[in-house]
Amino acid sequence: MLTLYLLRRVLLAIVTLWLLSLIVFLAGQVLPGDPGRAVLGPLASESTVRAYDHQLGVDRPLIVQYLSWVGGLLHGNMGTSYAFRSPVEPFVISALGNSAKLGLLALIVIVPLGIAGGVLAALYSGRFIDRVISLTGLAASTVPEFVSGIVLIIVFAIALKVLPVQASTSPGASFGDQLDHLILPVIPLVLVLFGYIARMARAGTVEALDSDYARTATLKGLPRRTVITRHVLRNSLLPTITVIATQTGYLIGGLVVVEQLFNYQGIGRLVLTAANNKDFPMLEAGVLVVGVVYMVATLIADVLYTTLNPRLRAGVAR
Amino acid sequence: MSAELITASPGEVAVAHAYAAPPAQWRLLLRKPTFLVGAAILLFWVVCAVFGHLIAPYDPLAQQLLAKNAAPSGAHWFGTDSLGRDVLSRVIAGARDILTIAPVATLLGAVLGTALGLVMGYFGGIVDVLLSRVVEAVLALPVVIVAFLFIVAVGPSSLTLIIVIGFIFAPLIARTVRTAVLVEGQQDYLSSARLLGERPGYIMIAEILPNVLPVIVVEFTVRLGYAIFAVATLSFLGFGVQQPTPDWGADIAANYGLLGAGYWWETLFPALAIASLVMALNLVTDSIEQVLSS
Repeated sequence: MLTLYLLRRVLLAIVTLWLLSLIVFLAGQVLPGDPGRAVLGPLASESTVRAYDHQLGVDRPLIVQYLSWVGGLLHGNMGTSYAFRSPVEPFVISALGNSAKLGLLALIVIVPLGIAGGVLAALYSGRFIDRVISLTGLAASTVPEFVSGIVLIIVFAIALKVLPVQASTSPGASFGDQLDHLILPVIPLVLVLFGYIARMARAGTVEALDSDYARTATLKGLPRRTVITRHVLRNSLLPTITVIATQTGYLIGGLVVVEQLFNYQGIGRLVLTAANNKDFPMLEAGVLVVGVVYMVATLIADVLYTTLNPRLRAGVAR
Repeated sequence: MSAELITASPGEVAVAHAYAAPPAQWRLLLRKPTFLVGAAILLFWVVCAVFGHLIAPYDPLAQQLLAKNAAPSGAHWFGTDSLGRDVLSRVIAGARDILTIAPVATLLGAVLGTALGLVMGYFGGIVDVLLSRVVEAVLALPVVIVAFLFIVAVGPSSLTLIIVIGFIFAPLIARTVRTAVLVEGQQDYLSSARLLGERPGYIMIAEILPNVLPVIVVEFTVRLGYAIFAVATLSFLGFGVQQPTPDWGADIAANYGLLGAGYWWETLFPALAIASLVMALNLVTDSIEQVLSS
């Protein structure tokens, strides 16, 4: 029965992906009107624009354009950039790699930190530490990434001069050097996600602490430490860890901002630059790749959550 | 499943408590220091938004090309920017933009979401199933992507920001309202209204809406915080108000390239303004929720 659920979930992801491709196509190719005019500007002559449109193939019927675009995608051909006059794939792949570095580094920092904060808050529930962690988390998660980023740059890069202003390094930079450049950009992402993950971990732990099995374990004389590590955390952290995967959406949004602020060539900055340059093929490819990453992450989270949670597994089977 | 977890907001938690809010609880609110501090900061920014052009020491648009990038001094407390405009005046006048767009966008989302939630919760059945699928489809895409594509297609402006944020909030608010309506649906007064032969439209607006209003108010305050976050971020990315209109996010975008040259005051003060506004709003929201759930 679980396989049936997985199959349905994958099918649903494919349908959503198809919908996304339609939306991206409509937004990128139909709504801006005339791509030739958009690229060449208001001063270009009508005949030049028409010739350019013909060269791009955007004077064909929409359905033909859509099919040839999707056909290209299925063959791994994402189109040709208007701005660079070359295939978009190398740009997208390198940008995706850079974003992955930044995003993964953020996750490596935030997951243990958020969970530790949440568990600590739950263990001291209602007391001062709990209040401090909850309020800090709330305050940090409400400040936009570029705002905390600006403050961090001014303090650590301008005033104290201990860290670089920009995130990008020269090609061939050592791992340590790259890490140095990524410390500042990672912090705003961590700040925004900390409150959320800590809140989830806190809620799960409070619930588990309050449960019958935790009470039984305490009453049969187990030390508090054992009750917490063997009984409480095992039950409370499972949902928290899987929930983190669903945060990729926020993380992607944060990456767009942070990459722009720290001048880092990631997928967010690629999409933003393409949007400003009216480089529609690049924009479409970037958005579609982001959509795929998001969908895969959500799918993994859902599947993990269902397979690891026996109660839900039974619910799905029924 | 995942969509619910992503968007489970403190508002939804407070929903159950929002029903019974005797006046005593509001008096309790006025005694909370966190609420008072937050409300005072909020009030300060609202005054700046309304009377900003009267309070500001200089014209926020006036350029002094001989005093470009001047550090904070007695004449210019917050310094001047790359065009020699007074940063303090631009910070004061910039409050108007964000404090107009964010509430209007949230209001749009609340009105659309309430209408959608009322219809889904009241009619149930096939209407509910169909609309729920639409809501899920919208929530299945990353919010940034939806906003991005829409803004690219339509072009950046304040109106675009309002529409994009309003439409993204509508399904989220609709889900909360729907749940509240389903709870109301079991009450006796609704069966009597139906037996009296009232039309569905009348029952929804005159009978159910007043009873789910507290839920909508809580939802509105929580979403307003997110809206300010979104407006500031999208303005920073260049999708909102365009220069030379004073705007905190857009001003930071225009000047952060000069940070490397040491001109920190041009970006720090608008950044602190945004931070103080969102934190103040959350202090207020958090206090309201605590009082309601105590």
